[in-house]
Amino acid sequence: MTLAQIIHDLFFDYTLRTVALGSATLGIVSGSLGTFAVLRRQSLLGDAISHAALPGIVLAFMLTHSKAPLVLILGAAVAGWLGTLFIMSIVKNTRIKTDTAMGIVLSVFFGFGLMLLTFVQKMPDATQAGLDKFLFGQSSTLQEKDVITMAIIGLITLTTVMLFWKEFKLISFDPGFSHSLGMPVQRLEIVMTSLLVVAIVIGLQTVGVVLMSTMIVAPAAAARQWTDRLGLMIFFAGLFGAISGIIGAIISSVTARMPTGPTIVLTISALVLISMLFAPNRGLVWKKIRDSIYHRRLQLEAVLSDLYLLATQHENPQHPHEISTLMTMAMGHGGVKGSLRELDRKGWVKQVDGNRWAFTDEGWQEAQTRNIKARQQS
Amino acid sequence: MSSAQIEIQLIASVVAAACAIPGVFLILRRMALMSDAISHAILLGIVVAFFIVKDLASPILMVAAALTGILTVALVEVISKTKLVKEDAALGLVFPVLFSIGVILISRYAGNVHLDADSVLLGELAFAPFNRLEISGIDIGPKSLYVMGGILVINIVFITVFFKELKLATFDAGLATILGFMPVTLHYALMGLISLTAVGAFDAVGSILVVALMIAPPATAYLLTDSLARMLIYSGLLAIVSAIGGYWLAHGLDASIAGSMATMTGIVFLLVFLFTPSRGLIAIARRRHEQKFEFAMTSLLIHLAQHEKEPDAAWECNEAHLEAHFRWESEFADRIIRKAEKEGFITKIEDLLALTTEGRSDAQKAIVR
Repeated sequence: MTLAQIIHDLFFDYTLRTVALGSATLGIVSGSLGTFAVLRRQSLLGDAISHAALPGIVLAFMLTHSKAPLVLILGAAVAGWLGTLFIMSIVKNTRIKTDTAMGIVLSVFFGFGLMLLTFVQKMPDATQAGLDKFLFGQSSTLQEKDVITMAIIGLITLTTVMLFWKEFKLISFDPGFSHSLGMPVQRLEIVMTSLLVVAIVIGLQTVGVVLMSTMIVAPAAAARQWTDRLGLMIFFAGLFGAISGIIGAIISSVTARMPTGPTIVLTISALVLISMLFAPNRGLVWKKIRDSIYHRRLQLEAVLSDLYLLATQHENPQHPHEISTLMTMAMGHGGVKGSLRELDRKGWVKQVDGNRWAFTDEGWQEAQTRNIKARQQS
Repeated sequence: MSSAQIEIQLIASVVAAACAIPGVFLILRRMALMSDAISHAILLGIVVAFFIVKDLASPILMVAAALTGILTVALVEVISKTKLVKEDAALGLVFPVLFSIGVILISRYAGNVHLDADSVLLGELAFAPFNRLEISGIDIGPKSLYVMGGILVINIVFITVFFKELKLATFDAGLATILGFMPVTLHYALMGLISLTAVGAFDAVGSILVVALMIAPPATAYLLTDSLARMLIYSGLLAIVSAIGGYWLAHGLDASIAGSMATMTGIVFLLVFLFTPSRGLIAIARRRHEQKFEFAMTSLLIHLAQHEKEPDAAWECNEAHLEAHFRWESEFADRIIRKAEKEGFITKIEDLLALTTEGRSDAQKAIVR
């Protein structure tokens, strides 16, 4: 399939367009809300909430006998929200730590949901078929009206974030300080977590319970590498989320038997890897390069100062010295030959008959001024 | 009870204890969610090993899956060591990737084999007794009972033998390193054991129940005791109780056994969370309530002691004034006064309150303290 064909399909093929739009919307919303979760070290809250939503979905169905997305989303949201309140209450009232509290809520709620689901499945009227698509996500069943629902809910969520911008920023970075300013920290935390719940439940149908947590963590983790500013980080996270949603949807549509959810997860994870390696400043590759430049500069300085030390022992500062002496003085740290060649290029030292090296006039001047400077500093 | 029912409960109990005992160390090391990560990531190991040996019953599948579990732990560590993301985020990044690769491999290449993500995640204990272990043609019981029984024994032996080392490495990793107990090696051994347990348990009960059994009973035990040894024992027992309770819940509702068992671990946790003496939610609430009254009464006694011989005593020690002074609701003030009267700290003459000797000495004590 050609690129032109793919782009054509992206706009005119109903299924692909719907899935891509849905995944992009999900990416923007979960990426933005996930930023706060990741900054507050609650990355795995997404995992807990998405699992905790299951009993809500089944109960909503049992009560209403409806499979309308809005009903199920509402049920999921209530259960996810209750789950987070449970986590907060356990952490606040016992010595159990957050990770354990999340694990309890995640597995018990999900198990309860599973119990309800199998209970419903064995009831005589088998209209419940398709409820379990929430487990693994079936984005191919997304319809245009689902996407519109998602977009509206997402817009409300993002607007709320804008309204509470200052407060959210402060409680993300310094909850103690915001408490001392008289902010209702706990209530704000509940608002923030509720928004996260919303972002998660609108994504369940697209990528499923297990993989939803990635849509919270990964865009934010990638965005974190590119910037130190909260606003930009949220923007990047939304952008990465959207890009991976669209790319994932395209890949799974052009490849046979390629489930959308996992494909999106792998796409966004690849983005995380690229960001961790190549983002300017924080990227590992740049860091490695920076380190090796520093390392070589240090070696060079060491050789220069060793040669200076030797030169001061002689009447004539330009007396040549054996390279082996310099190597001994470098105490096996290496890089002596390379450093000498580098100094030679600068015109500070010259090679005299084979393995002996001496200062040039310019080099001797340089070494002397450096030595004076170093003494002044100490 | 039919023999199949007994066997299911037996398997469930063994699985529950095998998961819950090492789970204690997970929650104490604040790595509870590692169980979630491992139990999902092992899917990839199973799938890859299946493609190599083409046999779902091969023990190589278990080995490969356990190795994937250790790989998960190592990857999380590598990523969080770059300091580019926090440890929780690293965990959240790693296991969905491994799980996704597993799901994609299944849906692309294993379409018509009995190997799907549902069965890995959800498990079905009801089928466990059908898979029998036969030695020279004699049926000696369900296979998973022997597998999990073996894993349970390994777990108990490992924890008993390395109890001291595990205890030290869990509560003071720094000291353990200095004393040469090799906490890193121990850590990986423990993680390997957890992976092995998760692998053994998943095909009987599914990965979600593995998580529930590894976290909820140890957390419940954590609320009940301060001793590590007791915590391990309680954890195992609570898990067995939840397993059997869960089985009968499932039996009653005709629902998933794994789901019901997970629900039961939650119910047991909730009961303990609410009702434990001294640490339970209700005990805490009652204590706070009592403290409120006690504090109010002490305030009253001190107030009376300050004013009793002063010229303004007639006003300050008047019951009507207290409501304004302490900003108490009149009903609350009434209760405090009645309580103080009943305990013999004050006497009330018309609306005027006066300290008894006992009340005065109590107020003095409170001021000094």
